[in-house]
Amino acid sequence: MPNINVYYVLFHTIHDVLRVEKILKQHGLSYELVPVPRNLSSDCGICLKLHNEIGCLWPLLPDIEVARCVLFDGNEYISVQLP
Amino acid sequence: MIYLDNAATSFPKPKETIEHLTRFVTTVGGNPGRSGHKLSIEAARIIFDAREKLVDLIHAKRSERLVFTANGTESLNLAILGLLDANDHAVTTSLEHNSVMRPLMYLKARCGVEHTVVQCRPDGALDMEALTRAMRKNTKAVIINHGSNVIGTTQPLGEIKRVIGDTILIADACQTIGSVPIDMDRDNIDVLCFSCHKSLFGIQGLGAVYIREGIDPRPLKFGGTGSKSESMEQPDFLPDRYECGTPNTPAIASLLGGLTFIEKEGLGRITARKKALREKLLRGLSGIEHVITYGSRTIDANVPVISFNLTNKLPSEVGYQLNQREIYVRVGLMCAPMAHKTIGTFPAGTVRVSPGYFTTDAEIDHFLEALRLIAEH
Repeated sequence: MPNINVYYVLFHTIHDVLRVEKILKQHGLSYELVPVPRNLSSDCGICLKLHNEIGCLWPLLPDIEVARCVLFDGNEYISVQLP
Repeated sequence: MIYLDNAATSFPKPKETIEHLTRFVTTVGGNPGRSGHKLSIEAARIIFDAREKLVDLIHAKRSERLVFTANGTESLNLAILGLLDANDHAVTTSLEHNSVMRPLMYLKARCGVEHTVVQCRPDGALDMEALTRAMRKNTKAVIINHGSNVIGTTQPLGEIKRVIGDTILIADACQTIGSVPIDMDRDNIDVLCFSCHKSLFGIQGLGAVYIREGIDPRPLKFGGTGSKSESMEQPDFLPDRYECGTPNTPAIASLLGGLTFIEKEGLGRITARKKALREKLLRGLSGIEHVITYGSRTIDANVPVISFNLTNKLPSEVGYQLNQREIYVRVGLMCAPMAHKTIGTFPAGTVRVSPGYFTTDAEIDHFLEALRLIAEH
């Protein structure tokens, strides 16, 4: 059965999203920048969508504050506790 | 045509400026940070890249603390109006531009913020003992013109910061950034204000300010940021706290081109070329009868901004005659009346000649020959 889990990682500002994008590119990690799902936030900006396990992301973000992280398992959105 | 007014704005711009600007206007065009589509994201990436390059250039650490503004004046207004309160005192120098003096005069009239102007010497040097004497218990900020837009004199920011200690150092780097090295970290500069259309080679309508961590000026403007849209309060995180409304992305794209050019050329090479232009001009001017130059050759005034007068003509007449020969300089007070009082040229002002990185030796020779003819007749 294919893994349909995806993570949405939200940041306070698009500047932080792009800082994370730069880091992910440097580490060769795959990601997408997508509009923030409306049920997660009323922000009009973008967030990170990851298909990988989220654990590898946290050590890469020492000084970037994550606003929210949510797992979508195909049925529902589940808040992920931030480290 | 010979353009010698680069202290007002640089011209021409490098091809990288035009290429980045054209690419944005013709193929990107989106509003950054406002939508999730590809063009909006690409516009945001351009701003991000420009911010990161600028922070590298000034040896700062946190790109989110680099805030884009409309111009150097807005950057200085943000720092001065945003940091000084009713019972505060500020210190500044007699070489400042009106973009420093007018906000200070406004604050004095509005809420009694006092300021002390430290008199610089006619050669532009700042007396550190006079600076020390000007400091009071309630001095909150010292505002220093890093490079004079009248005589090109640069001030030693690191030494000044050592003298003023924990007091906030606000530096006006409009004439120095992109011309000489600036090191926020080494010199402990707290707030660095500058325009982006001079030696950074962006187009007009863009400035920036870097605000060190722990310094928190009030914003000048409030409004939409694309973030925290559910809240009617201004966000407290940077850069959104100070950047609202649609930014000048075309100008920022052009700046990215300008910064790319500076990276390719190397700042050291640019600094050396500008110093050589300054020296060539000063040497040439000293050989022309009736010419008086202002400022100093002995202090490290390596910004190629030179003021002079002809003893037998008004500066406006000299500017007019140069203009007729398609040589473009600036004349008058250059929005810095106190600087002219300092060098003894108030109220008539001076002729200011400011070559840029693309100015050739042949153009300087042509200008000097034209001036020689004007001086003789």
